[in-house]
Amino acid sequence: MISFRVDGRSVAPPYLQIVQQVKQALRMGVLDVGDKLPTVREVVAATAINPNTVLKAYRDLERDGLVEARAGHGTFVRHRPPGPPPGTHSRLGRSLARWVAEARAAGLDDESMESLLRVALRAETEEEIA
Amino acid sequence: MIDVQAVPEAAAAIRTSGLGKRYRRVCALSDCTITVPEGRISALIGPNGAGKTTLLRLLAGLTRPTDGEMTVYGGIPRQDPAFLASIGFLAQEIPLYRRLSAEDHIGAGAHLNPRWDGESVRERLTALTIPLDRAVGTLSGGQRSQVALALTLAKRPRLLLLDEPVAALDPLARRNFLALLTDAVAAGGLTVVLSSHLVADAERVCDHLVMLAASRVQLCGDIEELLAEHQMLVGPRKDTSAIERDHRVVQVTRTPRQVTMLVRRCGPVSDPAFQASDVSLEELVLAYMGQDAPPAPAELTSIGDNQ
Repeated sequence: MISFRVDGRSVAPPYLQIVQQVKQALRMGVLDVGDKLPTVREVVAATAINPNTVLKAYRDLERDGLVEARAGHGTFVRHRPPGPPPGTHSRLGRSLARWVAEARAAGLDDESMESLLRVALRAETEEEIA
Repeated sequence: MIDVQAVPEAAAAIRTSGLGKRYRRVCALSDCTITVPEGRISALIGPNGAGKTTLLRLLAGLTRPTDGEMTVYGGIPRQDPAFLASIGFLAQEIPLYRRLSAEDHIGAGAHLNPRWDGESVRERLTALTIPLDRAVGTLSGGQRSQVALALTLAKRPRLLLLDEPVAALDPLARRNFLALLTDAVAAGGLTVVLSSHLVADAERVCDHLVMLAASRVQLCGDIEELLAEHQMLVGPRKDTSAIERDHRVVQVTRTPRQVTMLVRRCGPVSDPAFQASDVSLEELVLAYMGQDAPPAPAELTSIGDNQ
């Protein structure tokens, strides 16, 4: 079972935050096929968001074929979203963490690291287009 | 993926048309036409004196309109037990008997209400570890609000009207109060109108908005749809008459170099000189609060100069 965090300051509307958190949990392997999502009332009690928002998020996930609602039982994971297998993210995350530690030791602050990452992403995209 | 998928068409819990209330010479509310669908939590937002309390009191049948019409679940709000049984109204000042305990209030409610569910109050308050046997005057402000809300819910109303329920509460008490409220809505069969000037809470809890300013309705509708209809346009200071012709300009800020406009879109904004971005609920509310009256297209071209 996972719990959701809804950030009122985020630009993403609350329902989208829930959708993204479910997808993220599936990618990271926190959630797996057959797992149950918290019920609407459980989410509402924990986060004090509108129940219709939770329903809308679950409907969205259902439309994408990721979860299915079983009447009287709850909402269950049916598929993982397309993408690399769950281990990939944590493996890449660990190597990124090593890179961050190295950059920090070299005296880079967060902002310089973020801009380095952005530059690298952009360079890679341009290569693809070229 | 960000398409706003409409919630299946629900019946209206509240429908008003041209509703108005005058107190002698003072106009508290005028030409108020709104629809709130069933099952929603609607935020009633507006500056102090905008007419929020007046609208809630009209809907609760506590006062009669001087103009227009309104229905709540098809019935006309009035001082009639059959109508009042379906309405829960929690006034701003949290009307409880300070020397009586929650349990005393539960007993009194059982005598006064036909569909009373006293057990639900005990369950809700016990879950919140609020003592049932202490005089409510000795409880904290947050606990008192929760007692009042739990008692209002025990009526099993179909429409719950809350007047600034969280304004005086600290952040934790506010969260607990709103969790109690959203949980009751999740259980089904309840529509809520909640007046507030705290936009952050509204954004989290509400999915429908009624915005009042200067005794008039400025906005009414599904919050996500309203946000999707509005955009902030930033561009060089140049002739903006084309945009003003094609869209409804809500607010314009001009500096010597730049124009910033909040517009209600009628179709996509095509001018490449302007950068369009999404608006937050707070920006939207503030922009409409800045208006004294609903904008008529004729007035708009005269906002600032168009050079």
